[in-house]
Amino acid sequence: MKMDGGQALIRALELEGVDVMFGLPGGAILPVYDPIIDSSIRHILVRHEQGAGHMAEGYAHATGRPGVAMVTSGPGATNIVTPLCDAHLDSVPMVVITGQVPYAAIGTDAFQECDTTGITQSVTKHNFLVSEAQDIPRTIKEAFHIATTGRPGPVLVDIPKDIVDPDNPRSALEWTDDVDMDLPGYSPRTEVDPGAIAAAADLIRAAERPVLYVGGGILKARAAEALRELAELTGIHVVTTLMARGAFPDSHDLCLGMPGMHGNFTAVTAMQESDLLIALGARFDDRVTGRLDGFAQRAKIIHVDIDAAELGKVRRPDVAILGDCRVAIEALVADMASNGVGGADRNAWRSRVSGWQERFPLSYEQAQAGDALKPQMVIERLRDATPDDTIVASGVGQHQMWASQYWSFEHPYTWINSGGLGTMGFSIPAAIGAKAGCPDKMVWAVDGDGCFQMTAQELVTATVEKIPIKVALLNNSYLGMVRQWQEMFYDERYSEVFLSKDVPDYKGWAESMGCVAMRVDSPEEVDAAIAKANEVDDRPVVIDFRVTAAEKVYPMVPSGASNSELVVPPSQQDQPR
Amino acid sequence: MNEQQGSSGPAKHHVPDYRYHTLVVTVENKSGVLARLAALFSRRGFNIESLAVAPTDDERFSRVTVVVDLESAPLEQIIKQLDKLVNVVNIRELHPGHAVERELMIVTVVAGPDRRDELVEHLDRAGGKVLSVGADAMMLSLVGPPVRVDEFEKLLGQYGIIELQRTGRVALANLDEDD
Repeated sequence: MKMDGGQALIRALELEGVDVMFGLPGGAILPVYDPIIDSSIRHILVRHEQGAGHMAEGYAHATGRPGVAMVTSGPGATNIVTPLCDAHLDSVPMVVITGQVPYAAIGTDAFQECDTTGITQSVTKHNFLVSEAQDIPRTIKEAFHIATTGRPGPVLVDIPKDIVDPDNPRSALEWTDDVDMDLPGYSPRTEVDPGAIAAAADLIRAAERPVLYVGGGILKARAAEALRELAELTGIHVVTTLMARGAFPDSHDLCLGMPGMHGNFTAVTAMQESDLLIALGARFDDRVTGRLDGFAQRAKIIHVDIDAAELGKVRRPDVAILGDCRVAIEALVADMASNGVGGADRNAWRSRVSGWQERFPLSYEQAQAGDALKPQMVIERLRDATPDDTIVASGVGQHQMWASQYWSFEHPYTWINSGGLGTMGFSIPAAIGAKAGCPDKMVWAVDGDGCFQMTAQELVTATVEKIPIKVALLNNSYLGMVRQWQEMFYDERYSEVFLSKDVPDYKGWAESMGCVAMRVDSPEEVDAAIAKANEVDDRPVVIDFRVTAAEKVYPMVPSGASNSELVVPPSQQDQPR
Repeated sequence: MNEQQGSSGPAKHHVPDYRYHTLVVTVENKSGVLARLAALFSRRGFNIESLAVAPTDDERFSRVTVVVDLESAPLEQIIKQLDKLVNVVNIRELHPGHAVERELMIVTVVAGPDRRDELVEHLDRAGGKVLSVGADAMMLSLVGPPVRVDEFEKLLGQYGIIELQRTGRVALANLDEDD
């Protein structure tokens, strides 16, 4: 069948099962926007290309399917670099299509030309510059394959205008349904080495203080059920990193919650004191390990990852298992089921763990009558007032940590955040993407006032496209996390962290973007506002919670310190460790 | 390669002590692939000593011989990160002493008529060739193991080097070695 490149591109996306894409047209990508009119794909028109990228990420996080974004050349492409880098660090499957100047004009500094593949090389899993129309269908197939297999990640496809422009003879191609991929250097391995599984099972049987250290890879591998089976079969406690919240239910007896710089005392200390860390799809990030030479010094390490380069990158494992997490966990379960779970005595360990849980629960000082609103309390009330499969998307900073700490995650794929890159402004577009992918679920963005001002314009997108997300804005007038560091580590010298008490008028701003908006100043108003927000289902809602700026995120491992130097909240500082 | 055989002390295994390792990387012969390799080395802080690239007998692939500095990163990380590049098809590590390594140098040196005989004598001993002779200079070439090329370059320093180009190392595994 004869087609032009633009038609072929859209047809190829349809064949990949794309139902929603996020984007903004411009000169170089114009010809591809014409066939969208006749396509089954729903295109969501964003207000800034960064929004398109984070929406695609939110969609991918929530659905497990690759997110798709399309933007024009030059500034369109550079505006989506941040989401690409974000997706690269958090292994989010995403395909980004960028327009490019005509092939013959590349290198001439043409209008809206930039070296997109050069710029994005280090922030994508792979990228392509397509030179011939005939290569479009194969390249799209390869892009989706690379984005979704092995360790997932973002793939960019740069499309010169002449090969999609129906008025240019270079855009003509012969469409065939069968195209073969040509990727001789790409063959991700999923199956696992049985010898390594047996060795890991032996270590698990012998361990007296084992901990399952679970990272975002568990979710990418759709391995939450398998993980639960392994934990319950062996009775081993689970910590879920920032990227893995929800992979194991917070209400489960074996769940210790989040480890790391702002992890709870028990999760951090159990890892520190462990004699065996079973790392599943986790990468020993510096925010988890603290000072590396002080991290879990007596622990042996079993490390399962689909990316060979993660095995031994930071901490040398005693048993390295290369492959898919779900396959590995199922093999471990099978081994433990047939050869026994071992007879190691873990009673002393269990009582130490429960002792920590009793002495060092997550806590903050409750507000007294007349006190300002506490941000942690807002999260708790929101958690209690929403269904337990509610999707929560957060920005980056104090509110992100409080959301991760005080929410109770009971289901996988209900927590969406920017972990590796720490991208402020992530939450609103990510929540929109999640809601577009899961329209039947309630989606709340938990945001800070610094973050909100970076991407709030996408609430216009949400209103116009009828994507009714809800935003809990924890507004303390500060760049709160930076303020916390300046208070603790820079002698309370506050440099460039105060935003403004009254500007902007968030309620007025949100209303002008078509949202239902409320402002909450006191603890008594919180429940009613959340209840009202939960009833709105035809437009976005923003609640401006005016919270105190004095609250700090506890516990905290100071940057560069060992996890054993975890700083607990003042009320717990006299407790014996 | 037999220089050390006479030395006393326990026999040394050949692998771990070498600072520089030679990797042979087969890549897809596509535009931009060299930039991807270079960007990876730069981003991950891997230092490279030399890099030689050329198409192979199969036009779909190019062969890259890269000498990496193991003081900048562990060899295992370098190999694993390289392997993640989609255009990298195969990586082979050539252990020093288990491969034939060659490098080509062409060089113009100061050589007035009075010193030419002496220079040519050195050149003959090293197995090099005279490419061109000028009024006060000679252009020479030498192909050999990199260490020999190093030595000869040092010797030429005494005469005065006007211009010099080395290709960087290329290598093939020894016959009958299993790697």
